[in-house]
Amino acid sequence: MIRYFARRLAFALVLVIGVSSATLMLTRLAPGDFITESLGTGASQQTIAQQRARYGLDKSIGAQYRDWIAGAARLDLGYSMQYGRPVRDLIPERAANTAILAITALLFATLIGLPLGVITGSRRGGAMAGAIRAASLVLLSMPPLLTSLFLVFLAARTGWLPISGMRSATVPAGGALIDLLRHLVVPAAAIALPLAAMLERLQAQAMSEVIRAPFVLATLARGVPQSRVLWRGALKAALRPVAGVYGLVIGSLLSGSFAVEVITAWPGLGSLMLQALRTRDIYLVAGCAGAGALFLACGTLVSDVALAAVDPRVSDLRTERA
Amino acid sequence: MTRDVGAALVALALVAAGAAPIVAPHAPDSHFSQLLNAPPTIVRLVDAGGRWHAPFIYPWRLVNQLEQRYEEDRSTIAPLAWFSGGKLLRSSNDEAPLLLLGADNYGRDVFTRLIFGARTSLALAIASAFGAMFIGVSLGAAAGFSGGAVDEVLMRATDFVMVLPAIYVALALRSVLPLVLTPGQVFALLAAIFAIVGAPFVARGVRAIVRSERRLDYAAAAEALGASDARLLVRHLIPAARGFIAVQITLLVPAFIIAEATLSYVGLGFPDAVASWGTMLHDASTNIRVFADFPWLLSPAAAMFLVVLGVNLALQDAGTVVFAESGEPRRGVKSGS
Repeated sequence: MIRYFARRLAFALVLVIGVSSATLMLTRLAPGDFITESLGTGASQQTIAQQRARYGLDKSIGAQYRDWIAGAARLDLGYSMQYGRPVRDLIPERAANTAILAITALLFATLIGLPLGVITGSRRGGAMAGAIRAASLVLLSMPPLLTSLFLVFLAARTGWLPISGMRSATVPAGGALIDLLRHLVVPAAAIALPLAAMLERLQAQAMSEVIRAPFVLATLARGVPQSRVLWRGALKAALRPVAGVYGLVIGSLLSGSFAVEVITAWPGLGSLMLQALRTRDIYLVAGCAGAGALFLACGTLVSDVALAAVDPRVSDLRTERA
Repeated sequence: MTRDVGAALVALALVAAGAAPIVAPHAPDSHFSQLLNAPPTIVRLVDAGGRWHAPFIYPWRLVNQLEQRYEEDRSTIAPLAWFSGGKLLRSSNDEAPLLLLGADNYGRDVFTRLIFGARTSLALAIASAFGAMFIGVSLGAAAGFSGGAVDEVLMRATDFVMVLPAIYVALALRSVLPLVLTPGQVFALLAAIFAIVGAPFVARGVRAIVRSERRLDYAAAAEALGASDARLLVRHLIPAARGFIAVQITLLVPAFIIAEATLSYVGLGFPDAVASWGTMLHDASTNIRVFADFPWLLSPAAAMFLVVLGVNLALQDAGTVVFAESGEPRRGVKSGS
């Protein structure tokens, strides 16, 4: 068990370092750098050279990478040229915003998707199961890019909810928290709805397989009430395949939140990285990519722990195979 | 029944895209400078006086230049003509163009661009899916057939690509290349990026199938009869994965449609002059009034939804859930309907 998690941790570390190094290199190799993108064509050769030297862009790619990785080991991630601030100060705030969005969405998707999946998975027919199934199918066909456009459209038409940003310019009546929650509804729902649909389908499939298992029949025969069998025993057994996909869900959460962040102007990691890529702010790009990878690594680790908790066989199997 | 509806939606999109020059009433870049952001023209049968006609439209008249508000000009009727001038349906009056989904910021017909955009978006998605199939099947078959170190390395690599958030990878790869490329170059580049990001999903399943099929008697028999490794793979083992591959490809197409739209939306896909569903949404997003006043500019989003829904309905039982714990395919294609 411990060996298994040690391996997972090592993988996470490799992922974070690999991803941020790769993006740093790629962005460095790309045509144009921050100086040419920001100063334009009018600048003199001397100013350009001066600016490059200031940010360490005049060094060879090898030297630059060496300096960056040496700094990164001391948690110094370099300097954002665009913001004029250390990358280390910029990332946590944006990462926290993305985390708020992603975790809220995941929570809602789970709370909505799993119970509905139990209902549809345990009933063959019926109007309710049919309606849920149809709604799922529709939502599955609306990835976050489309749900966010649709929800922004609804919110703009009705004027019930703010459609962009994370906070109002002035704190309205009701306090900052209420204001934040109101801003959170549209982007979080845009990610949560398709995700809930996916979880519902998975849970339904797992559930319909589990309820045919002999132990369910045996429990029913012993006189345990049907709802108890369904919501305790069968649900627990059916959680296994669902827990297995959470690792992949975390990845889709980040991808989904990118589109949503751009459309609803949510100040998260995705929109920061897009901006950094456009201006060739290389240390910031590497920092964002590293933070994204860290996110993923944490997510997969948590989902692995969850999986091991639901199904003790998993950790043994995985260590064996690895 | 629902599967037929899904197949019909997909077929409709493909036919419309294929026959775009005929289906679309205008050329994709023709501007109507008097009709910036004009709303959809309503096809009518009964005129203002209560008389019946063949289908016709009223021309739009600008009533407020600043707010771009339009009113129907009830004094003239523009009858619609079928199969005239090589178009399926168009207005017989050039002053009153048929705008089934309104006009955009530049006065271009949104319906026309939607149909031509379908060409770009669908062609890119399908080309990328075939690219992903080619790479995925090669890698998966190689890993599953040889086993050992090759298998280990290839599967770790696919693990790595799969765990990354796909859109970030596509974004990073796209943005490090020059921003200004010709549409053809963008097409090739995006297809290559999507193929690489999508390939692992195909590779894992193919590997699992090749591995398990290889142990079966028929594979052993073929080998005993002297079939070479290449023949065994190409003639026997890869065909065994046919159903899985078909489902995977069909599932990748919607994902790639959305990926193109996302990249073009943020300005890293096709240049604005090219009509694609993503660039149309990008154009729409530059106008702050789009949600409240010009919702027809969002019709590419509706088109994407219908195509993705069509694919999902058509594949309803075959591949809604593709990942079991091991990444092996859970279900094959159901035969018949």
